[in-house]
Amino acid sequence: MKIRLDTVIKTFETFRAVHGVSLEIESGELVALLGPSGSGKTTILRMVAGLEYADEGHIYFGDQDATDIPVRDRGVGFVFQHYALFPHMTVAENIGFGMKVSKVKRDKSEIAARVADLLRLVRLEGLGDRFPGQISGGQRQRVALARALAVDPKVLLLDEPFGALDANVRHDLRRWLREIHQELGITTIFVTHDQEEALDLADRVVILREGKIVQQGTPQEVCRDPKDAFVMKFLGDANRLTGTVSAGIAHVGDAQVDAPGIADGPAEIFARPRDLDWSTSGPGVAATVDRVLDRPGERRVIATASTGETLEFDVEPEQAVAKGEAGFVTLRRAKVFAVS
Amino acid sequence: MRRNVLPGLHLSLGITLFYVGLIVVLPLAALIFKASSLGFAEYWTIVSSPRSIASYRVTALAALAATVFNLFFGLALAWVLTRYRFPGRRLVDAMVDLPFALPTAVAGISLTALFSANGWFGSVLSDFGIKVAYTPLGIMIAMCFTSLPFIVRTVQPVLEDLDPALEEAAQSLGGSDWTIFRTVILPLLAPALLAGTSLSFARSLGEFGAIIFIAGNQPMSTEITALLIFIRLEEYDYQAAAAIASVLLLTAFAMLAVTNWLQARALRYTVKG
Repeated sequence: MKIRLDTVIKTFETFRAVHGVSLEIESGELVALLGPSGSGKTTILRMVAGLEYADEGHIYFGDQDATDIPVRDRGVGFVFQHYALFPHMTVAENIGFGMKVSKVKRDKSEIAARVADLLRLVRLEGLGDRFPGQISGGQRQRVALARALAVDPKVLLLDEPFGALDANVRHDLRRWLREIHQELGITTIFVTHDQEEALDLADRVVILREGKIVQQGTPQEVCRDPKDAFVMKFLGDANRLTGTVSAGIAHVGDAQVDAPGIADGPAEIFARPRDLDWSTSGPGVAATVDRVLDRPGERRVIATASTGETLEFDVEPEQAVAKGEAGFVTLRRAKVFAVS
Repeated sequence: MRRNVLPGLHLSLGITLFYVGLIVVLPLAALIFKASSLGFAEYWTIVSSPRSIASYRVTALAALAATVFNLFFGLALAWVLTRYRFPGRRLVDAMVDLPFALPTAVAGISLTALFSANGWFGSVLSDFGIKVAYTPLGIMIAMCFTSLPFIVRTVQPVLEDLDPALEEAAQSLGGSDWTIFRTVILPLLAPALLAGTSLSFARSLGEFGAIIFIAGNQPMSTEITALLIFIRLEEYDYQAAAAIASVLLLTAFAMLAVTNWLQARALRYTVKG
């Protein structure tokens, strides 16, 4: 089912959580709403679900205006960050809940068969009789997903689905959710503040800041061509340098970086740790090495530029570099943004 | 050995057991001892005399009615206090504890004044032909008053901890409000409701001060069991008093055992396995 948001606004008391967001999600797409806390991403998700109502604007499910349809009639599957499993029901009863309370009457054997199918889908066969308190966090999240899928939702909505889990489990569940999405082809929106999760999992990433969409695109688009300094910083570690742009070239130290389309004047230059190198000669930014951190795959160098910025970058494991050494940080690749 | 914050097991166990023995078990044992000094036939005659039976009846029925009333009203009050923000909420919240703090005799006298035929409430009610003071209805109202805090105070913290996401999840799965209340909220509140109900009922069975002023205390109709025991004591008939008291004691004990069992059943899901 295609989902469309048309200039949606939501205000809580005096705080405006969502400022006129318009967004289209194609049928079968897996989209991540990515942003720091307070960016309005969860509010948008809850409005799509019908758990929150938009003050202004419209939400369409296909061609139908769903803005005022209450959550229980909207046909969405919602997965909560802290699972929200019914603690007094077994895993099987939790999964069967939606079918049991549905207006469409199903007999017991039909529900039991569907529950068994879903338990198989989420790979929890044999745990149907346990209570939520008796299984692990990752298992609970899978039960929550099975419960949401049991009602054949038009859209699957996940609010920070892996936020409460530890790193290993999160990694496995991520891959597994991708597989399930491929298998079922259901339109899916999930909210996260973890860029890695969004980039790994989503077909398309929507980056939000203070209730507005800053940029949206495939992981490749947002990573290779971040629209502004916020997106650049938010998507991953970035070193910030200042320089000046003249005639489409940014000058930082005695190094030059292409800056097509950037107006002449002061500019911010951002570079990922892997896009900087260390050299004893220029051209680059003069710097002194503060520390060298050895890691399995690389050497991370922390250096202070002569202009005062702290720079962190990775060099080849074999490269000789020592604490206190003076030299130049060279730029292999960088993004230039005009100072606003 | 693991160290606890409170002093060691032996000391604390010793002190608490000694205290429980001294304050709770000893008087109860004395009661049983006194009652058992009667022969069985004599005991049976006392506890099954028509006047005793009538007192059990009015006490138990009024306590039951008061408890059922408080079950609904207390749940509603706890719900309003936890789910809504309104001016004066904290004042209402504080007032719930008043029946605990007020001497029960004061409550009884106030209720009597209000509900007697020329009192504020009583005069209005008598226009409709409803008589409260000096009837079993009065007993019920006094019991309601003194046992209200039990339900509110046991249910309130559980309601406060109830994750709103549970209700949202149930809604997103298509549940109607009534279905959600019946299948999600109520089962989660059940253990607390049971605990509150049993405390409320036990308190009502044993209530004395608040009732005797409003009850009228007519043998065979508005004489509660606690008063009958008191009358036997005043007549220096300690054995009869103990015999009747033992009936109250056994009832309370049986009821608490049943609610404990029900509670354990309702909390099955918390058992780790």
